[in-house]
Amino acid sequence: MTRHPPRRILDYGPIAFPAAMLLLFFAVPFGLMIAVSFFQRIEGGFYEPAFVWSNYARFLSVFFGRVLSFSMMLAAGVAVLSVTLAFPFTFLLTRLRRRAQVVWLVFLLSVLSLSEVIIGFAWATLFSANAGISNLLVMVGLLDAPTSLSPSLGAVLTGIVYQAFPYTVLVLYPALSRLDPTLTEAARTLGASPLNSFFTVVVPALRNTVVATLIMVFVFALGSYLLPQLLGRPQHWTLSVLITDQALFQANMPFAAAMAVFLVLVSLALVGLSLLVGKKENAS
Amino acid sequence: MSGLVLDGLVKRYGSFTALQRTELSIPHGQFVCLLGPSGCGKTTLLRMVAGLDNPTEGRILLDGADITQTPAHQRNFGMVFQSLALFPHLTVGENIAYPLRIRGVSKADQGREVERLLALVRLPGVADRAVSQISGGQRQRVAIARALALSPKLFLLDEPLSALDAKLREQMQIELKLLQERLGITTIVVTHDQREAMTMADLVVVMSQGRVRQAASPIEVYRRPADSFVADFIGMTNLLRGRIAAGALAVDGGTLALPGLPPAGEATISVRPEELRVHRDAAGPNRLAGTVSFVRDLGSHVELRIDVAGREMIAVATPQDRPDVQPGQPVGVELPPASCVVLES
Repeated sequence: MTRHPPRRILDYGPIAFPAAMLLLFFAVPFGLMIAVSFFQRIEGGFYEPAFVWSNYARFLSVFFGRVLSFSMMLAAGVAVLSVTLAFPFTFLLTRLRRRAQVVWLVFLLSVLSLSEVIIGFAWATLFSANAGISNLLVMVGLLDAPTSLSPSLGAVLTGIVYQAFPYTVLVLYPALSRLDPTLTEAARTLGASPLNSFFTVVVPALRNTVVATLIMVFVFALGSYLLPQLLGRPQHWTLSVLITDQALFQANMPFAAAMAVFLVLVSLALVGLSLLVGKKENAS
Repeated sequence: MSGLVLDGLVKRYGSFTALQRTELSIPHGQFVCLLGPSGCGKTTLLRMVAGLDNPTEGRILLDGADITQTPAHQRNFGMVFQSLALFPHLTVGENIAYPLRIRGVSKADQGREVERLLALVRLPGVADRAVSQISGGQRQRVAIARALALSPKLFLLDEPLSALDAKLREQMQIELKLLQERLGITTIVVTHDQREAMTMADLVVVMSQGRVRQAASPIEVYRRPADSFVADFIGMTNLLRGRIAAGALAVDGGTLALPGLPPAGEATISVRPEELRVHRDAAGPNRLAGTVSFVRDLGSHVELRIDVAGREMIAVATPQDRPDVQPGQPVGVELPPASCVVLES
């Protein structure tokens, strides 16, 4: 295939349709949202066009700060838990035979296709007192009586990690399957036990991949909206929940828009950072 | 006995036998080359010695102790991989120090040891460089230095020079052999390059299709090949098959009186191109009549292709001994009885 830069306006033809769609359904609504975020809210009514910073100024409130920091902590916790679980899992997966790998990947993709609602209600049932896993713990004698494990922070974390896990595996999979298997073999002949070689060779050799994956999962978890409501208490609600609450129930569209813009900017910055880390990996 | 003993080693993958029952004894201080075409089981054999693969049957003994079940990281063998397997996240010095670090050697001792090993492989002053910043030949030396860091009992190398260009490879072969002689370390190298094996080995183990065909010194493998595979794989040769009658071998184009023939039946002999004598006259003892089909004069030696009863034979002569023949000329090819090797059928 020959590759040369487009010279005439007509050479851009093939991207006209996607570009138009992107403009119409992403750029325009996003632009509107940015505009609304500067509008003036009318108490008891809707909003009117204006240019005020008051919506952004509300970020400085204690309440907003608490919700934002909780969202960040939750996303960070999910990212660390998911990568900690998915990294060794993916490493072992790439060492399986080809057929077994395909079966696992298809299974993970099918988990990825589950809707957040189904995941949320499934875990709510599993954490319930009358039908949940606490009954199993009673059966094996670890608990005296079945208890409800939800709503709680642990339940929220479990739900989001469950949702993020297949995604994390798929992000880690290419790098881990490209990792030269003779690296760990060399470590073993040099005196490192299999566990030791995992921590002294596999993890450090892929540290940039790990950092990039942490950021990706962080961004993924930052937008979680339904699971904190299904599995958590109000203090476990994230910024996304707050945005919806402001937009739909408090009728404060400008403040909701300001928060949404903020969330998008944070996510974009983090994705940019992960691309930078990835680029550094390729350069070395 | 002291040294490495492979006792009835077998490796099967499902129904595929990668290595058939193998018996081999390697005394200490030997330089051994496992030589054969790809897929002959030589790497499988090396990996089992290293402890990276488990044998299906048989035992591996080192100085009389059974190490078959000893995991790779407790064997204390140095290994150089075909890919070199240098750790990309570590510098040259950190790579070499890795086995020392794993064993908790102090930082100062690590540094001293790295300097000593880099000097040993004649690559001083690169300890702080990244692995990606040094050339292929230098990486080769780093991999060797790292494998030698623990003063291993066995030094194993899997096609170590295959990534280097021809000139550098020849140089490294000599260097590797000199290094091994200096250290006196028992060394096993896997290679498919017979020239490499001839250069370095004390003992050449020729393998094909999961079987050891012959284990002997390089010159014996060349002069006295055990079977037609070995004769054909090591250097060029002329293979002739014929029927035995009255102590002589009747082949296409004539009869050869040879010592050491079985009493009856059929036999295959191998005779090296440089052993053939080409005469302008076809009459004489042990001569076969033929026609010169091609003369390749390479300056350092002359190669003659001779059509003998429809089969091509190759004769090689030095410029001094160059027979004065032209393509198309009828000649007599003499096979000196002493240089004809009767092969196991």
